[in-house]
Amino acid sequence: MPVIFITDFLVFFLVFMVGVFIWYSRRHEHLHAPWRQVRENPLAMAASVLLGFYVLVGLLDSLHFHPRLKEAPTGAPAYSAEIASVLDVLAEGLRQRVEKTYSAPFATHAYAREVIDLPDGRQVRDYPRLRYGGRHLDDPAAEWLPDILKKTLTGIVLGTLLWLGCCAVIIAGLAARRRGTFRSEIEGILRRQRPTPWHVILATLGGLLITGTALVYLSGYYHVLGTDKVGQDVFYQSLKGVRTGLLIGTLTTLVMLPFALVLGIMAGYFRGWVDDVIQYLYTTLNSIPGVLLIAAAILMLEVYMTNHAEDFTSIEQRADLRLLFLCMILGIMSWTGLCRLLRGETLKLGEVDFVLAARAFGVDHVTIMLRHLMPNVMHIVMITIVLDFSGLVLAEAVLAYINIGVDPTMASWGNMINSARLEMAREPVVWWSLSAAFIFMLGLVLPANLFADAVRDAFDPRIRTLTA
Amino acid sequence: MINYVIRRVLYAIPILIGINVITFVLFFVVNTPDDIARMQLGQKRVTPEAVEKWKSERGYDRPVLWNSGVEGVRKFTDTIFFRNSVRLFVFDFGQSDSGRDIGYDISQRMWPSLAITVPTLLLGLLTYISFALLLAFFRASYIDIWGVVICVVLMSISSMFYIIGGQFVIGKLFHLVPISGYDTSFDAVKFVALPVIVGIVGGLGSSTRWYRTIFLEEMNKDFVRTARAKGLPEKLILYRHVLRNGLIPILTGVVVILPMLFIGSLITESFFAIPGLGSYTIDAINNQDFAIVRSMVFLGSVLYIAGLILTDISYTIADPRIRLE
Repeated sequence: MPVIFITDFLVFFLVFMVGVFIWYSRRHEHLHAPWRQVRENPLAMAASVLLGFYVLVGLLDSLHFHPRLKEAPTGAPAYSAEIASVLDVLAEGLRQRVEKTYSAPFATHAYAREVIDLPDGRQVRDYPRLRYGGRHLDDPAAEWLPDILKKTLTGIVLGTLLWLGCCAVIIAGLAARRRGTFRSEIEGILRRQRPTPWHVILATLGGLLITGTALVYLSGYYHVLGTDKVGQDVFYQSLKGVRTGLLIGTLTTLVMLPFALVLGIMAGYFRGWVDDVIQYLYTTLNSIPGVLLIAAAILMLEVYMTNHAEDFTSIEQRADLRLLFLCMILGIMSWTGLCRLLRGETLKLGEVDFVLAARAFGVDHVTIMLRHLMPNVMHIVMITIVLDFSGLVLAEAVLAYINIGVDPTMASWGNMINSARLEMAREPVVWWSLSAAFIFMLGLVLPANLFADAVRDAFDPRIRTLTA
Repeated sequence: MINYVIRRVLYAIPILIGINVITFVLFFVVNTPDDIARMQLGQKRVTPEAVEKWKSERGYDRPVLWNSGVEGVRKFTDTIFFRNSVRLFVFDFGQSDSGRDIGYDISQRMWPSLAITVPTLLLGLLTYISFALLLAFFRASYIDIWGVVICVVLMSISSMFYIIGGQFVIGKLFHLVPISGYDTSFDAVKFVALPVIVGIVGGLGSSTRWYRTIFLEEMNKDFVRTARAKGLPEKLILYRHVLRNGLIPILTGVVVILPMLFIGSLITESFFAIPGLGSYTIDAINNQDFAIVRSMVFLGSVLYIAGLILTDISYTIADPRIRLE
């Protein structure tokens, strides 16, 4: 039985919008040409392969439903009260294999000593075997390393096969489009005769698929990134954090975009008192330090939620609303910068001949703004969206630390860091939880930054004239 | 000049009124003091008497906008709006929800904040400008390309990583400085060193890259070509022409954050247990002390607007071509 959260709906609405936008820009050369330039940038394409993986995980995690109970009696199917996503089902094993407490990556024994009852009745204080990690080993001391090497090798072989399969499909598709043979297409790619750097894309894909498959294969036998305080698999938690990170980065923009577009263009087009009012509005909002406004708003939300606890049917729904609210507040904060840029650009465009001509013909204001001004400021919108994304993902971690981020029950990298930071004081150090969160974050933010740079270089007219 | 400054300051007043109204609406209209009292006292099993007592202890038992129960001016002054919002304009912050004088706390806690932010800013500027000049000097070579790549990687790392990593490596592994804490006397140096280093490293990527573009833009200008044509050595061009002209946008960009240095950094202060205004704010958020959060929102906005005014003034000092109207 499917469950649709508000954020899920917005995610798929966003995917739909991106689709519409791609269709639109394919038919308009002034948008298509810069994107072609982005497509020919090897670094940007490598980054977008990595981003694609994150998006895939995030989308799988956005399809929620109540799982059907297995022991349901005949007749009407019974549904569980808990809510799961497709990703949860795919990673069912990871979700179920919960240890008692901390364990290091690839460990077979627990992190802390315990009193163990031996079969002969004696008691010793030692590191107990883990419930799931490396359970298939009879003698961990001797078999551990060879087993890991063997399983890694199997994972790599499987990943390579998967990669070769993907390559074959992609190359066949390309060959069909160019009406060439499979062989000539391979040669063309290897000799780098294609405008799009396919060799880079396929190599990145290979690296990702091989490490990914090896990790997934190994995670069936070990906790590849260890377990956290309550024994949950860190790898699974990091994967769950992907959706939150992506949502914060994208939904915020989606929320603020209509305001920034409408108000920015209106201020630049009408000038006079409209301009004054809108400028006053964004200067005021911009003057409040961001963190403090978010803190004030989230505190108020908490007050509201505790006083209206009966309005929320489940913890997930509550967390979801808090995430949406956080996106809205962040949107109000970041709205002002884009609005100012759009106002400035529209001020310039208002004097250009085609706008003056449209006015002389008596075209009404709304049409001028929609048809003549909006398409011509789209490049600014695009640059802002991609540049803001990485900053928002990083901000999530900071907000989680101040307790004004996403709901503490929600899986997010910020919450992982927040709950693990005190463990650095332990002896031996519990480093894996923190490292996993930081690496997963870096894996999203670094490609996003590289991609954003390529987009900015392609769309910013100032840079385009410099290099031309 | 003086006319312009006066006009800018007057222009700030409606903005401050707007901020005041926003915070007022957030804290007293969206959620009434009753709601806040109920949450702080423990949700549902709260008696109305307890709520009234909580409100009267903190002076929230007055009418919101208009007190018809008293005479004269006090109809307006004896309200929540006047006592808790209007008085902020004269920096009368009143009492926190736990009964302390906020104005006094702020005046005490601003010094540790400055002890961190001022060295971070000065040493940071020195570091970033040196690196940026280096990259600009080796422009379009491998040093430059890899330098920019490293900058992007540094930018992509969470600021929390620098803090936790710095505490772990310098504080725990090498025992060079204490991990956290603060001292009032000259001993504060050993507590300040680590946050300052972490702060500088945290901003290294984005600032170096940004300053590098500024220097490169200067290098493409005509006067640099003239200097080269005259036969000036590259080093002299860099220091005398590029650096001095590039400093204008860099320094005017720094002016806007100068007043904000008083507030300090929220997470840095909290991680290193420095008793500045940043950790003050975080503690207030965690304890849900609304009076302090409200005061800090207002103070922060005032300082930000002061920064904007200072920036406009600094433009005219740095570049006489800009006329103020």
